[in-house]
Amino acid sequence: MSDWDKGRRARAARIAAGTRFAQGKRVDARDATALLEAVIQPGDRVCLEGDNQKQADLLAAALVAADPAVLHDLHMVQSGVVLPEHLDVFERGIARRLDYAYSGPQSQRIAKLLFGGRIELGAVHTYLELFARYFIDLTPQVALIAAVSADRNGNLYTGPNTEDTPTVVEATAFKDGVVIAQVGAIVDELPRVDIPGDQVHFVIDAGRPFFVEPLFTRDPGAITETQILTAMLALKGIYAPYGVRRLNHGIGFNTAAIELLLPTYGERLGLKGKVASHWALNPHPTLIPAIESGWVEQIHCFGSEVGMDAYIRARSDIYFTGADGSLRSNRAFCQTAGLYACDMFIGSTLQIDLAGHSSTVTTGRIAGFGGAPNMGSDARGRRHPSEPWIKAGAEADPGEKAALRRGRKLVVQIGETFGEKNTPMFVEKLDALELAEKLKLDLAPIMVYGDDVTHIVTEEGIANLLLCRDADEREQAIRGVAGYTDVGRARDKAFVQRLRERGVIRRPEDLGIDPLDADRRLLAARSVKDLVHWSGGLYAPPSKFRNW
Amino acid sequence: MEHLNYKHTARARATGEKKQALVGVVASGNLEVLVERVLPGNECEIEIRTAAEGFGEVWKEVVADFVGRRSPGGLKFSINDGGARPDTVALRLAQAARALEGDGT
Repeated sequence: MSDWDKGRRARAARIAAGTRFAQGKRVDARDATALLEAVIQPGDRVCLEGDNQKQADLLAAALVAADPAVLHDLHMVQSGVVLPEHLDVFERGIARRLDYAYSGPQSQRIAKLLFGGRIELGAVHTYLELFARYFIDLTPQVALIAAVSADRNGNLYTGPNTEDTPTVVEATAFKDGVVIAQVGAIVDELPRVDIPGDQVHFVIDAGRPFFVEPLFTRDPGAITETQILTAMLALKGIYAPYGVRRLNHGIGFNTAAIELLLPTYGERLGLKGKVASHWALNPHPTLIPAIESGWVEQIHCFGSEVGMDAYIRARSDIYFTGADGSLRSNRAFCQTAGLYACDMFIGSTLQIDLAGHSSTVTTGRIAGFGGAPNMGSDARGRRHPSEPWIKAGAEADPGEKAALRRGRKLVVQIGETFGEKNTPMFVEKLDALELAEKLKLDLAPIMVYGDDVTHIVTEEGIANLLLCRDADEREQAIRGVAGYTDVGRARDKAFVQRLRERGVIRRPEDLGIDPLDADRRLLAARSVKDLVHWSGGLYAPPSKFRNW
Repeated sequence: MEHLNYKHTARARATGEKKQALVGVVASGNLEVLVERVLPGNECEIEIRTAAEGFGEVWKEVVADFVGRRSPGGLKFSINDGGARPDTVALRLAQAARALEGDGT
């Protein structure tokens, strides 16, 4: 007779093994490693929660402390490889295989472990793509998650940094997996229930909050005149003509400059109410002046941001908040919103090649993707029209009948021609390609494919790739805004001049912008302290951003 | 420390009356430009002391583009460079030229 509930019985056995260490669902923090050794089995797929912001740091340390004779060959399926512990589990032989999305601060060490063969790489994903695979072929047997607090029944409050938790729990709990949560406190009554207790099997009181990185805080004091110039070009040359109301911004200084120019330069251009009103965006402190000046109607967030909680709570018309008044973020929904309901993604990158492919992988650093490839791609399943989407589609394919023509999402790469340490943003060959050859990967880790990029903005001007009709035009359009990099200096000057006459390339002077007007006085806030003032004292920046 | 020197003949003499101006700061990734109205006719000279060696070709192009765009005849620029990127150099040169066109302040 066949047996249709092996998974359910296996889960019951795992829970029974873990219960030795539990009182009800509660497990003492000192027994965390013993609990993991009892519940997890060799070869399991394990999701250790962590992304570019929140981290299940206690559970990460507990897993590293496990005996590799008991726990080995684990397959880690997780958003972020961010904490040292995330790689220690590979060095110690506890984990062997890895599928992930983002690895910012560990990008150098992960490269070393990949080259050394200590990590067997499945793939580098976008967040949404990895979440999708949780429901198809990478479903975790055990999820190790982080919450603000729990009650005695295991109901969880994940608070402003809810982020990936509902998605991870959904995939694990409803497919016979075990969910173990670390919490900052166990309380009698939760502010709100983000995860119902029947989806949570064990709760560990860490006695402190989980770690959160303030990744989306950009100090206005560090914004340069060149970044301001690129921001002016983007506002006048892209936001204004396309009328971009629904959008996502990357985390770089160029987009922070755009946020800080909305109430000043944007106001002068008469764009208020016409652009940048609806957002898929984390609570960027640099957007506070635009919010306070009435530019923004609403924002849905992937996660929260350190220091923004009180401000968000006091601006519930703008943000999505729970019955308790605090932010409810959700990475999966926000990524979906960015893919299907936003008309533009604009962000920075480290390398762009002559076809417009871009990558944040450079020699010795594998930073992963996070959400950028998802935000920075055209959603082929999109069916609803909007002005910017229709206009971009018409530029790309003027010959097609309007009613049959696909629209296009605006995917804009913005940056200075030379980045940190004078490294050029434009290259003949991406380091990502060399990496793929070295690691024998089927795919080079491309962040945004050239055929998804619609515009490139540098201090030299805007290249509109929608208007390029062949690969030569595209190459010269890219060279034409590549400044004094080797790629830029190797341009065909006459060709570039013809592209400029057609409006494929637009210089600052073509847009009526004098580079000498790119002045820091244009920034609505010129310091973190200014942001605090704009927020009426509600924004509480983390100490590393306080210099007063 | 590398020393570079470029001499050009500009299309026209720089406008304004101011004799000299100083823009920028000497700092890593930045530069200081002293501009003086001391040369005859349309002559223009740019003298560079830079911490970053081996970028002569790029400097040459940045300077030539600047002279073509702004016509700084009669001006001598002395640059103290802390390894600034070309976009910053171009901006500071333009700021220096504008400072001399200024209203005397």
